[in-house]
Amino acid sequence: MAGGAASRFAFKTRAGSSARVIGEPVWVKRCLIGAALIYLSLLLFTPLLIVLVTAFQKGAAFYALSLTDPDALAALRLTLLTAAIAVPLNLVFGIAASWAIAKFDFHGKNLLLTLIDLPFSVSPVVSGLVFVLLFGAQGYWGGWLREHDIKIIFAAPGIVLATIFVTFPFVARELIPLMQSQGKEEEEAAIMLGANGFQAFWRVTLPNIKWGLLYGVILCNARAMGEFGAVSVVSGHIRGLTNTLPLHVEILYNEYNFTGAFAVSSLLLFLALVTLGIKSFIEAQYARQLKESQGS
Amino acid sequence: MSIAIRSLTKTFGHFTALKDVSLDIPSGELVALLGPSGSGKTTLLRIVAGLEFQDAGEVCFEGEDARDDKEAARQVGFVFQHYALFRHMTVFENIAFGLRVRPRSKRPSEDAIRVKVTELLKLVQLENLARRYPSQLSGGQRQRIAIARALAVEPKVLLLDEPFGALDAKVRKELRQWLRQLHDEIHVTSIFVTHDQEEALEVADRIVVMNEGCIEQMGTPEEVYHRPASAFVYNFLGDVNLFHGRVEDGKAHIGSITVDLSHQQPQDSEKATIYIRPHLFDIHRVRTGKNSFKAVIKRINPAGSVVKVELVSEWGGLVQVEMTQERYRELALKRDEEVFVSPKEEKGFFADYSI
Repeated sequence: MAGGAASRFAFKTRAGSSARVIGEPVWVKRCLIGAALIYLSLLLFTPLLIVLVTAFQKGAAFYALSLTDPDALAALRLTLLTAAIAVPLNLVFGIAASWAIAKFDFHGKNLLLTLIDLPFSVSPVVSGLVFVLLFGAQGYWGGWLREHDIKIIFAAPGIVLATIFVTFPFVARELIPLMQSQGKEEEEAAIMLGANGFQAFWRVTLPNIKWGLLYGVILCNARAMGEFGAVSVVSGHIRGLTNTLPLHVEILYNEYNFTGAFAVSSLLLFLALVTLGIKSFIEAQYARQLKESQGS
Repeated sequence: MSIAIRSLTKTFGHFTALKDVSLDIPSGELVALLGPSGSGKTTLLRIVAGLEFQDAGEVCFEGEDARDDKEAARQVGFVFQHYALFRHMTVFENIAFGLRVRPRSKRPSEDAIRVKVTELLKLVQLENLARRYPSQLSGGQRQRIAIARALAVEPKVLLLDEPFGALDAKVRKELRQWLRQLHDEIHVTSIFVTHDQEEALEVADRIVVMNEGCIEQMGTPEEVYHRPASAFVYNFLGDVNLFHGRVEDGKAHIGSITVDLSHQQPQDSEKATIYIRPHLFDIHRVRTGKNSFKAVIKRINPAGSVVKVELVSEWGGLVQVEMTQERYRELALKRDEEVFVSPKEEKGFFADYSI
């Protein structure tokens, strides 16, 4: 491959013309870029624009009113609380699982990998139903829970559980390939130099995975705040109590309050844009660091 | 620190990496574990390091079992084949790592660490690279930093896994001479794994030749080269020509030639395999005496310190012969010429008469 690239390069300098040899003709480039842009604007930008336009249809005052509605605020609080619990838990679980899978050999490793992927392959509605079957009034542990006056289904704990389940592959899936590609030699070197397990993790493993880890957390957080299906099943839709932002949007929409629904949606949109911003920042940082450590 | 290895056995699934291996390594020696890939040499090294655990047998440092004596186990320095430098740390921090992770009571002061790291950088002749990152170094530089990092914790034993395997030929030669000099300076008991016989013969005080999880022979480079204990060792330590012939009364009969094997006291055999190194043959233009065979020259490679000539013998097999440049000029050999090949008087032949 390297030889081929080099000879191509030599040809290029001899011939004196550059783009011809390796690039496409200009019109092909423009057509391809144009097609991609039209596709993106139809499918992504237009819906986003419509959300914003509809949200402000009845003026800024109505928009503000929709957002400061006590039910909307309660939904925002519950959404943030859910993410605040689910993300750290999946962070710890994700690191532990990928550390085990990438650095150690043990029986049942493939089973663990499959289990991690399970939430990706199961429909969120089914995931929600699983929790209803387990903790619901008619479920396996429903009787016991009622006796001890613990409410999980149709309450915040159920929403948090469902969210944890649905978002749990994100961190692990991001880290496993990264850790596997890095191998375990650096950790072995640390151990040979007298480091204990924690020191090897903290000083060697963690710095090597930090950008991948942040990226996984960002994705996990985005999903935790936006999850609809599983949460919808376990929530019970009690206004001001068990509604998250996506559920609140649905309720408003079903009540033909389109402007209100889109106003609250714009809040989710804003959270998504912040997420994307942080993600781009992280990617830029990572690229910069790579360049710094490789260029001399 | 001396190392004693007692009947080590290790299997990975159905693959037996080590079969009842025993070995003594005296303090202060530089020992090479030499063998083809899959011979168990790296597994042996990793068990000595404590990175792998044996199924049976024991490893003793100064007579103490390494598994009972954690302190001794910690005095082992390991240099990885691909260096395993910490990629997010500078060269300075890489070398200082072993000192920084010590428990607070044993950790040297910041000044002491700086002195120690500078001293080690001087030892590996890379003083001006302290602030670089591993990815900014060449392969040879990375390897020397990896050795400096391993030496920072003042190990009593230094283990190196294919230390020059990933380097190009020129750097490799420089670095192995450097390793030899370094060992003469610091005299820490060292074991290195290699599949390059030239490397082992040149650098090591003692060579352990391994094959299929067993030790074939252990000895000084001179011993293993000139007095190989098995056909495998003879074969592995240099180029060989392989012949099929008959062994009778301590002599091997190959085609029209006879080779003296009396120093090996071989048993008679109808179907024997006989190995002869290329430099133990000579080429003549005319038949000298009875002990020679006719051959046609197919290829001549005069580049190098010796001239390599490839011939096809009268019975159709390929034969390689090495000769000095002087001899080559004297004979003025050409391609497709018919010549006579005869074994020299020296006793360097080896027969595997079991087959």
